[in-house]
Amino acid sequence: MQVTVKLFAFFRDGRFKEEGREYPAGTVVGDVVDELGIGRDEVGVVMINSLQRSLESPIGDGDVVAIFPVIGGG
Amino acid sequence: MTDKIFRINMTDLTTGIEDVPAAWAGHGGRGLTSTVVAAEVEPTCHPLGPKNKLVFAPGLLSGTLAANSGRISVGAKSPLTGTIKEANAGGSGAQFLARCGCKALIIEGQPRNDRWYSLTVTPEGVVINEENEMIGKGNYEVVETVTARLPGKPGIITIGPAGEMRMAAANISVKDPDGGLRSCGRGGLGAVMGSKKIKFIAIDPGDGKVDIADQAKFRDANRAFAKALVDHPVSKALGQYGTNVLVNIINEAGALPTRNFTSGQFDGHDRISGETMHDTIVARGGKPKHNCHPGCVIQCSQIYNDADGKKLTSGFEYESIWAMGADCCIDNLDHIAEADRIMDDIGIDSIETPVAFAVAMEAGVLPFGDGPGVCRILREDVAKGTALGRIIGGGAGAVGRAFGVTRVPTVKNQAIPAYDPRAIKGIGITYATSTQGADHTMGYTIATNILGVGGKIDPLTKEGQVELSRNLQIATAAIDSTGMCLFIAFAALDDQTCLPALIDLINARFGTSLVGDDVVNLGKSILKTERAFNIAAGFTSVDDRLPEFFYTEPLPPHNVVFDFSGEEIDTFWNF
Repeated sequence: MQVTVKLFAFFRDGRFKEEGREYPAGTVVGDVVDELGIGRDEVGVVMINSLQRSLESPIGDGDVVAIFPVIGGG
Repeated sequence: MTDKIFRINMTDLTTGIEDVPAAWAGHGGRGLTSTVVAAEVEPTCHPLGPKNKLVFAPGLLSGTLAANSGRISVGAKSPLTGTIKEANAGGSGAQFLARCGCKALIIEGQPRNDRWYSLTVTPEGVVINEENEMIGKGNYEVVETVTARLPGKPGIITIGPAGEMRMAAANISVKDPDGGLRSCGRGGLGAVMGSKKIKFIAIDPGDGKVDIADQAKFRDANRAFAKALVDHPVSKALGQYGTNVLVNIINEAGALPTRNFTSGQFDGHDRISGETMHDTIVARGGKPKHNCHPGCVIQCSQIYNDADGKKLTSGFEYESIWAMGADCCIDNLDHIAEADRIMDDIGIDSIETPVAFAVAMEAGVLPFGDGPGVCRILREDVAKGTALGRIIGGGAGAVGRAFGVTRVPTVKNQAIPAYDPRAIKGIGITYATSTQGADHTMGYTIATNILGVGGKIDPLTKEGQVELSRNLQIATAAIDSTGMCLFIAFAALDDQTCLPALIDLINARFGTSLVGDDVVNLGKSILKTERAFNIAAGFTSVDDRLPEFFYTEPLPPHNVVFDFSGEEIDTFWNF
């Protein structure tokens, strides 16, 4: 299935900003994080289609997955 | 050096030094400014008249070597909201005032003539001087001229032309160690300083130092406290990208108010994001990391240069960039930076003012996206005080009233900042119930609603939001009393060593034996003191509501409205 993956802050270093990628059915967000070589403990927030999700959340065809490190501001 | 109250009467131009009343001894920062205003200011007085008082207070730990303890609080009755107000900022003002032995500087009265004055604060007290040269000048020129005029390197607190003209969005600026400006931004306190006819305050502590009751305990506590701050991953991202790291995540969450709060996502988000800003700063030889006061271990400030490598602005914050950017649809970071510099120089709030511009854009005063137009109006109208400039300088509410716009994002007449309360419901509770009008810093639910700090609560549901906002507002009132930067809260929420170390620091400084519950009770009592002032000023629970359009206009992309009833909001105060 086709999935758009967006990376933010230093997760972009040596990787990409946004990319269309192919994953098998049954993929969860954690699988994407692992495949990209990002430590799971570095991940602060994941969203699927702009909704807050977790590393265990399943991904569907056409989804937009956004992966952020632990960040803050305000 | 024993802490004292420094009092200045601008009616008869006298000054005095007083002992600290016992009831004020445990207070600092916001807790002290709000306690003094509640005790000494008639709640129904005109904010720009002689009965209002302007109170400056360093935090409980300011002037010590405690990490991140350089915030100064300013309090008064606000000319923007009509409520009690506290605004705080970094810079060197808090540390220098504390080293003068000044627990609070209370400015009261009002000159009966048209003369302008400056104050010089030293450990010996305050001297009032007549001031002519700096009147009408911008903050950058004031800082440069006064630094050259006075011996040593004085701390400087100043107002720009907006404060002199008593605009309701005028701020108070505090010089940082590099001659940059930090702003006590919200609520128009610069207008109160202007109404007292004080252009600037110079602070020279000489060799003055803050007493520490137990040096060894203080050193140990500070080591543990600084480690908790440095170790927290949020601190790393703040140092690298500044607070502007938030543009992309708030946009992704569908909560970035865009085009005067008509959408939650901005097409140009990546062009104004923290990531783009970082790369631009590095490419132009600026500084991605910069501290606004000595002792900051997070360093979220930065130096942003123009295309020629010349410094354009510093302390370039997410909220300012969001407001000029997404809310006004300006996707050019250089235009936003130029506007930021002009606003700092004029001395006007960089949240209130751009939100006012977005309302003016909706009214057709200028087109959305017109960055050069914004800079032109700032220079030619706001700085010079034309009729249009004074309307915009009166804030978003003033623009809405002048031009008949109904979509005006304010609570208690203060502009709503960078998180749409329809898509992040917890922050809507904070905006509605804050004692000071809409203000994200009063109870930053974004941490838990969006960033996953201090747990997770879904931003789109109602469950748990009132309790979350209440707990954060109580904790924030206490933190704002310590002189600590609010960004210690990320570590305090996640790292169990952080808050005990902070309490140890306070105990070591004063020889007290406070525990965690004392800090919570301090926060509660500050909120109740502030609310009591507002009730006496005429506010009711009906004022604790969001503007109508948040309940009726669904916000894309989630197409959600703010759906808390008045009764649900009012449960906030059940403590």
